[in-house]
Amino acid sequence: MATQTTAKKKPVKQTEAKAAKKDTQKEMVTVFIMGKAHEVPADATIMGAIEYAGYQIKRGAGCREGFCGACATVYRMPGDYKIYTGLACTTIVEDGMWLSQLPAIPSQKPVYDINKLDPNVATFQRLYPEVFRCVSCNTCTKACPQDLEVMDYINAAMRGDIEAVMDLSFDCLSCGLCAIRCPAEIVQYNVGLLARRLYGKYLAKESKQLKKRIQEVKEHKFDKEFNELMKMKKEELKKKYYERDTE
Amino acid sequence: MYPEYMRPSLEKVTQSRNKRFELEKSGKPVFPPMSAEERENVLRKFHPDYKPDARRKIRIGPNKGEELTTEVANMLESHARIKPGIFDLTKPDYETDILIIGGGGAGCAAAIIAMQKGAKSIISTKLRLGDANSMMSQGGMQAAVTEQDSPTLHYLDAIGGGHFDNKPELVHALTEDGPEVVKWLEDLGVVWDKLEDGSLQVLHGGGTSRKRMHSCRDYTGAIIMRTLMDEVRNHPDKITILEFMPVVELIMDQKAQCAGGVLYNLETEEYFTVKARATIIATGGYGRLHIRGFDTTNHYGATGDGLVIAYRAGAKLLFMDSVQYHPTGSVFPEQIAGFLITEKIRGAGGQPLNKHGELFVFPREPRDVESSAFIRECLDRKNGIATPSGRLGVWLDSPLIEMLQGEGYINKQFPAMHRQFIRYGIDITKEPMLVYPSLHYQNGGIEINEKCETNVPGLYVAGEASGGVHGRNRLMGNSVLDYNVFGRRAGKYATEYVKSAKLGVLSLDHITDYEAELKKAKIQTGLITPVLLPSYTPEDVRKRQLTAHYEGTLR
Repeated sequence: MATQTTAKKKPVKQTEAKAAKKDTQKEMVTVFIMGKAHEVPADATIMGAIEYAGYQIKRGAGCREGFCGACATVYRMPGDYKIYTGLACTTIVEDGMWLSQLPAIPSQKPVYDINKLDPNVATFQRLYPEVFRCVSCNTCTKACPQDLEVMDYINAAMRGDIEAVMDLSFDCLSCGLCAIRCPAEIVQYNVGLLARRLYGKYLAKESKQLKKRIQEVKEHKFDKEFNELMKMKKEELKKKYYERDTE
Repeated sequence: MYPEYMRPSLEKVTQSRNKRFELEKSGKPVFPPMSAEERENVLRKFHPDYKPDARRKIRIGPNKGEELTTEVANMLESHARIKPGIFDLTKPDYETDILIIGGGGAGCAAAIIAMQKGAKSIISTKLRLGDANSMMSQGGMQAAVTEQDSPTLHYLDAIGGGHFDNKPELVHALTEDGPEVVKWLEDLGVVWDKLEDGSLQVLHGGGTSRKRMHSCRDYTGAIIMRTLMDEVRNHPDKITILEFMPVVELIMDQKAQCAGGVLYNLETEEYFTVKARATIIATGGYGRLHIRGFDTTNHYGATGDGLVIAYRAGAKLLFMDSVQYHPTGSVFPEQIAGFLITEKIRGAGGQPLNKHGELFVFPREPRDVESSAFIRECLDRKNGIATPSGRLGVWLDSPLIEMLQGEGYINKQFPAMHRQFIRYGIDITKEPMLVYPSLHYQNGGIEINEKCETNVPGLYVAGEASGGVHGRNRLMGNSVLDYNVFGRRAGKYATEYVKSAKLGVLSLDHITDYEAELKKAKIQTGLITPVLLPSYTPEDVRKRQLTAHYEGTLR
């Protein structure tokens, strides 16, 4: 599986070499945005290239830093049969790249009451029965722009190992590239989200300190001190602030 | 990969690391924290807010005559997108209890609480649900949970960080609700970083006197935001989500109460009206206005839309003369310029260093002070490192974290940061990052009280769009807490309000009045707001977009 994982995208080195050329002067490449040729800076991200070409993005841009998953993009390279995937905001263009953004991904999200779920495999069987259609082809893992072990967490969901699903899917951006490539039509990112919620709510160990502090607030333990602070003149507050000790 | 010419400076960072490691281990501050006078001095000389043209007087509206950030004043002195006369307000397209403008953390939290308390709501959002700065917060959320901490110490830290200008009742609400919010989020399914025994992992942030930063690795906002969104989507009968449908003006009634808003469908370019007995503005901040030309850490839609629609409706703004620059925005490589590098890096022991590999400031001063010290080091003391494209920056030594916290810590606690840099051949477990302040947060906003009420009846505000909580400088981890505390409060108090609120005849007269005010003040401007989306189209392309002024209202 390790070899499959490394083979899923163009080797990183090529983009590095391109990025480094910026040091001397602006080099241009040709990319095909939805089939149309545009000359763009060689060191541009796909998102930068789309905007450089004159498009005002409506769908297909969000946080622009690799957290929101709004900019899922698929592309092919000349003479190469493979479909590559990436986030437009963090993937650098390459000469000859033929790309298209995916404005939205249709997905299954059953409505559920989180308070009435059991943290076990039966919940996945009921809400996401298609999970059990997984054929372990690993296409989801290959498509993931975060390099997550997507197939492994789907397999963990089939075993009811919620902690493993939570851990392996933690950095998921819900970009949907796994789901759109999956031959079993699983919506992996929603499965991960459900598992994380189940873990946080039912399986994470309770913090005794937190419980105690909430009780103290309820019992008005801090009211007197708050009242004093809120009435304090600026100079007095300033003095107290600069004299406070630090852990 | 860093260019060759940076090698000698990187060598110096490596050389000084052992010594700095010993210093950190000693438990004493690695650099003397600044006194009140020193803080004042560095801010006055180097903070971008103090540049001569950073602020100007606004000539119209509720804050008329007040000095505001220049770009904000420009945005407020603008024309509306719509002509009020063409709307038939007697037949609204949608009716609901509460109109929530903005689908980020504050908006979703408000919708969930309103739903639980029996109110129906519409969330109108410009992009997708969750396309918000909330999604991007990395480092954590403050809440005073540990034995050695208390909500009142949190209060003192927050109000000192804000230069004692914060509204006391808001800081009280923020810090007192903190522990409850941690629990509320966990009950919704947020996976907090915890120790073996279940106690919450806590770290320092800039300006904190106790370790109280709670995190979800460095995807804190992403984990919280996706949990809130999922919960919102589990109640389609109570919460209607309208994506790519921003509110472009508020609707008032003849009793000067807020009564809903006008929606604009970004894709079909249709307008719709919403009648609502209460309205919550949760539109976030304004980083995409690129104030003073700064790069920003903010998401694509952060254009301050809520400010201008509220201002036209008569809502008062507070502290809109103050901008937050996050000390550690990335400056190299060029493709990630301005990106956020979480303050959690410094919370875990990362140190800022100049080109000689030397410490020059206490690593965890409040953000405005830390940023000003970085700018001083680069511009005044000439100790910055220049990038190939001419940007300046200082090192942020991350490999030290692995020495302090143990090998593997960065991969476990900072997966997003590691990923961000390894794409460009920089391994932050082995090499430092190059950073410079980046436009990060709208410190001020629409003035609220502890119930999230504004001076306009029926209009509530929560999250970054609001003003008063953070004074003139927010501390790390207080914005995640802010949108939860005040999102929840807005949902609660708006629901209580709608139980007895009665609307009169709907009206858009305030738009007409605002136009008249512009004219009377002899303000000539071509600017139409809300801005909605920034444009990154190159100048030569724009010149060829000959019909852009009528083809597509975004341009």
